[in-house]
Amino acid sequence: MYVMEWKQKKLRKMKRRRPTLDSHALSASEGDGTKRKGGVAAYTWGPPNWTVHVKDWGNLPHHVVLQIFQYLSLVDRARASSVCRHWNEVFHIPDLWRRFEFELNQPATSYLKSTHPDLIQQIIKKHAQHLQYVSFKVDSCTESAEAACDILSQLVNCTIKTLGLISTARPSFMNVSQSHFVSALTVVFVNSKSLSSIKIDDTPVDDPSLKVLVANNSDTLKLLKMSSCPHVSPAGILCVADQCHGLRELALNYHLLSDELLLALSTEKHVHLEHLRVDVVSENPGQTRFHTIKRSSWDALVRHSPKVSIVMYFFLYEEEFEPFFLDETPVTHVYFGQSVSKEMLGRIGLNCPRLVELVVCANGLEPLDEELIRIGERCKSLASIGLGECEVTCSGFVDFVKICGRRLTQLSIMEEVLIPDSQYNLDQIHTEVSKHLGRIWFPDMMPTW
Amino acid sequence: MILKSEHYAALAGSANVGVNKWRFLLESLEDLDTSLRKLDSRLFVVRGQPAEVFPRLFKEWNVTRLTFEYDSEPYGRERDAAIVKMAQEFGVETRVNNSHTLYSLDRIIELNNNSPPLTFKRFQALVNRLGLPKRPLATVTKQQLDSCRTDISDNHNERYGVPSLEELGFKTHGLSPALWKGGESEALDRLNKHLDRKAWVANFERLRINICSLIASPTGLSPYLRFGCLSCRLFYYDLRELYMKMRRHSSPPLSLFGQLLWREFFYTAATNNPNFDRMEGNPICVQIPWDHNPEALAKWAEGRTGFPWIDAIMTQLRQEGWIHHLARHAVACFLTRGDLWLSWESGMRVFEELLLDADYSVNAGSWMWLSCSAFFQQFFHCYCPVGFGRRTDPSGDYIRRYIPKLKDYPNRYIYEPWNAPESVQKAANCVVGVDYPKPMINHAEGSRLNIERMKQVYQQLSRYKGLSLLATVPSIQEEAEPPMIDESKAHSSSGLCIVRRGPGRPSCREQRHAPSPRSSAPVPPPQKRARETNSSTR
Repeated sequence: MYVMEWKQKKLRKMKRRRPTLDSHALSASEGDGTKRKGGVAAYTWGPPNWTVHVKDWGNLPHHVVLQIFQYLSLVDRARASSVCRHWNEVFHIPDLWRRFEFELNQPATSYLKSTHPDLIQQIIKKHAQHLQYVSFKVDSCTESAEAACDILSQLVNCTIKTLGLISTARPSFMNVSQSHFVSALTVVFVNSKSLSSIKIDDTPVDDPSLKVLVANNSDTLKLLKMSSCPHVSPAGILCVADQCHGLRELALNYHLLSDELLLALSTEKHVHLEHLRVDVVSENPGQTRFHTIKRSSWDALVRHSPKVSIVMYFFLYEEEFEPFFLDETPVTHVYFGQSVSKEMLGRIGLNCPRLVELVVCANGLEPLDEELIRIGERCKSLASIGLGECEVTCSGFVDFVKICGRRLTQLSIMEEVLIPDSQYNLDQIHTEVSKHLGRIWFPDMMPTW
Repeated sequence: MILKSEHYAALAGSANVGVNKWRFLLESLEDLDTSLRKLDSRLFVVRGQPAEVFPRLFKEWNVTRLTFEYDSEPYGRERDAAIVKMAQEFGVETRVNNSHTLYSLDRIIELNNNSPPLTFKRFQALVNRLGLPKRPLATVTKQQLDSCRTDISDNHNERYGVPSLEELGFKTHGLSPALWKGGESEALDRLNKHLDRKAWVANFERLRINICSLIASPTGLSPYLRFGCLSCRLFYYDLRELYMKMRRHSSPPLSLFGQLLWREFFYTAATNNPNFDRMEGNPICVQIPWDHNPEALAKWAEGRTGFPWIDAIMTQLRQEGWIHHLARHAVACFLTRGDLWLSWESGMRVFEELLLDADYSVNAGSWMWLSCSAFFQQFFHCYCPVGFGRRTDPSGDYIRRYIPKLKDYPNRYIYEPWNAPESVQKAANCVVGVDYPKPMINHAEGSRLNIERMKQVYQQLSRYKGLSLLATVPSIQEEAEPPMIDESKAHSSSGLCIVRRGPGRPSCREQRHAPSPRSSAPVPPPQKRARETNSSTR
């Protein structure tokens, strides 16, 4: 097959501009290293060996060019595709179009480059059916999000497996009219029928669109990330949990989390859940009262999926924390994005035995020695801790590190956190902690501006 | 002293932008002139471009030698190289001395295998090796000046006098008096007071910030260091001697010189990097998809964000030209990764205009640090525009001082007036949305979004796919003890290795000299990479 192609190409070439190809190019190849500029392929024939000596880049076999193209960036590949018809054909081989990231930015308002509109057109025309792993990166302009929706609406006849809608700055999808967004999104939901991973955080997706998703992809859906989707209700997400038994990863806001949801994810039919990410975000202090999840629901989840990672990010004011961690909670990764009270950190020590990572942005001016030591003692899987604007005495901190020992692989403590006391000053603490960690450790520094 | 005419052009009609900076500079020049007068000499301020001015002066004044202070900043080096060349053409000897920094920056870089250190700990280790900086020279004496007389013409003030603010295009009517007076005399006076205060406090530890620290300190020295009114070496040695006197000759720890060493650190990082003050094309800067929003930027720059803590800080900055370093952290974080998600370059430019001690290296470096764009900073720590302010100054007096409109608000609501019930707002005679702006962003939602964005950026950079927030940032582990230069030939690493940490994950040492496109962080030699665009986020 090779040689056939080869011959055809050669003939075409001969017709074009290589009148000098003559018979001795066809002679025996042993040692015939005729290096003729302009590339002449010399080959021998004789049964059963067909050896081909390539001296013409333009005539490299397809699969070789394909491999090379796979290493190139899109821009470089696009340039290479205009070199010759052969390379242009390779450029359009479906394998190169399985994965694509559409970058949609308005040049006046973004530091990022955009995918060229001509290329977008080409993809829609020639490659929509090849696309399997698709993402859209948009900036904070509504036009960019609208452009993304327009492309989505044209992705019919496709077998998309992964879809990601990513806003790199402000969530511009929220500014698109809800009907426009939903109709575009459901085009993909309906047509793909084999969606396994969907990331639609910060979008106006709603309950009906989730129903469409479920109706068409319930067998294949494994991952769903939809943090900050204000138009979805707990019932909407419950529908997903009820029908999509292969769901392994889920990210949502706390208001969508319910006892029913956790139970639905723990039924026998359901696979083990691997990762649950929950964002708890304040609207305005005092205006949202968060509900509590029953301990029995958490227990059911952990019984069903013993290895599940439960990640909770909190962006609350101190007084809003009341409903949390009152009872044993199987959370593994906790981030407090604003300040959190001493009492809450005490609760963490008491009620989070599965804790792996704790990151605290700020607490205040009371030393957290007790709380930290309790966390060290009771959270036996704790491997990572980060403290921002907090206070811990140096001796208290050393005690904590002694308790945890080498399991602490991440220890990020702002320098101002550590209060020197009679036992240790800042220079001594670095050696002491390094000793217990088994590696050189320094607190994080901020420049004295 | 050459005042370039382009400086005036930029100022014309610019609503007094940068007036504090210029006033400080002019006061410094006046002070220098006054000091020289006491030695029977004068300061000559020449107006024009160096390229035209120097040739003219070389001839007119029969110049035989030109001396100036070494400027390590990339722009300065370029300019000075041209001047040196010009001087050579005229047969003028040039002497360039290094006095703006404690050490020779090239020496520090050389000691670190020809690469500026990217962590402060590493920098401190190198400085330790270098020992003490050169001692400052004594000031110029009359005898020294006697041997180089110049005729002072009668019209000296018109031709070579220090210009006035009006001459530069500023409107001085109604301008409040300067809180920071420029000049060497003032600098030395402050230095003495600064040392006195340290001695009185009798401990050299860092003090907790409170409202007093937020207000302009009569012993603050940073603008004087920036403008060269105070020698960093003089400050260093005076501090050192004071410590040794009080602590019975024990050698001071490096932490005593924190302010000076941070300054030195950023100067070292910047000197070989002509793109140090921008994101694009800067090999040490992470490419972050910042938003572009001139309206939001203006609100921040003009103190109209609706967050009193932020607005008070920006107001103090605009009025006085100096804010405490934690206040800088607060507003820098708010503009970039904390809330508004705007580029640190815009913030840097605003500081350049308004902040008296903002120089190229420290300003750009600090902005990159605070926005987590360089130097491998963890980004989880965010300064809350309400909480951080409240913890720093619970009395709220700082806000009342710089935003008098809010002075009647009770402490409970002064940091978040939008949450005050209507009755309280009316009683305070300041209704949010009418007399004072509404908050321009929901901080909780904003920080949630931004943490996600930072995580996305850093996950691409470090290729970390796990769940740990802290492990997303590739940690950099420079060896604490720098190898001597000749030892380095044996090792391929410069003492720099990027360690991706995670449970059970082996650390991977990446060679600096052969960074693959997939390397964790872009840290190649600055000379080589300065022209390549940063492709680390692809």
